[in-house]
Amino acid sequence: MSIWEYANPKKFMALSGRVLPWVAGLAALTLAAGLVWGFFLTPDDYKQGSTVKIIYIHVPAASAAINAWAVMLIASLVWIVRRHHVSALVAKAAAPVGLTFTLIALVTGAFWGQPMWGTWWAWDPRLTNFLIFALFYLGYIALWEAVENPDTAADLTGVLCIVGSVFALLSRYAVLFWNQGLHQGASLSMDAQENVSDVYWIPLVICIAGFELLFLALVLVRARTEIRTRRAQALMARERLA
Amino acid sequence: MMPDLGKYAFAVLGSYGVTALLLAGLLVLTLVQRARAKRLLAEAEARMEKADG
Repeated sequence: MSIWEYANPKKFMALSGRVLPWVAGLAALTLAAGLVWGFFLTPDDYKQGSTVKIIYIHVPAASAAINAWAVMLIASLVWIVRRHHVSALVAKAAAPVGLTFTLIALVTGAFWGQPMWGTWWAWDPRLTNFLIFALFYLGYIALWEAVENPDTAADLTGVLCIVGSVFALLSRYAVLFWNQGLHQGASLSMDAQENVSDVYWIPLVICIAGFELLFLALVLVRARTEIRTRRAQALMARERLA
Repeated sequence: MMPDLGKYAFAVLGSYGVTALLLAGLLVLTLVQRARAKRLLAEAEARMEKADG
């Protein structure tokens, strides 16, 4: 058995159909547990007050947005190298989900920044980088819609995805090396001394898992939709030729 | 049950509210597109079967 078997749309539909209810259910459970724990059962921070509760959506959304781009990059590379249509459709399916998470991170960041920094927005290098990242998502989705030939669209968006990966990488690691500006350092780190306090850390990790599972569930649904649409278009093209 | 959010209630509730709206919008869009694709495919397959006899 090889992973490439699932490049076959029929096999992908069969497998994704089996795992989807479990992934969706687990996403709902994990998100509910993490958010209820974080919102209702954790204390206010001594410095940031109750705004610390925004961490349970801001950090998981930002993390999932960057991971979504990584999924798109891998799927795009598979398309470019091996020409598997399912991988191109997975990349296409992931983009609106990633864009939504990026917008959530930007908006919740603004809501958090206003009381803490005294401004909704600052041209801080990390914030600006994330805004450019959001624009890459918009451009990626627009390019898919603008190009009529699906293979050409997959090629062009694949190249755009590779270019945009620079900003995804910068968004991931900017908190570690871009010290100027208003944004704080990493909330989670392999170095335990830098992590947020345990009382916030556990529900935060659960929320991060919940957002990742939600991403996976939505991508599976959307990829299945793309495959169905592609099949319907192929049948309609056959009808027109007959 | 509702925690006292103090002077930051607008920031916290605003963040959760906008997140809920964006996620709900994405979910509705995803489900509408899924229903449309299923219908489109079912209709195309039915026409093909009819044509093939």
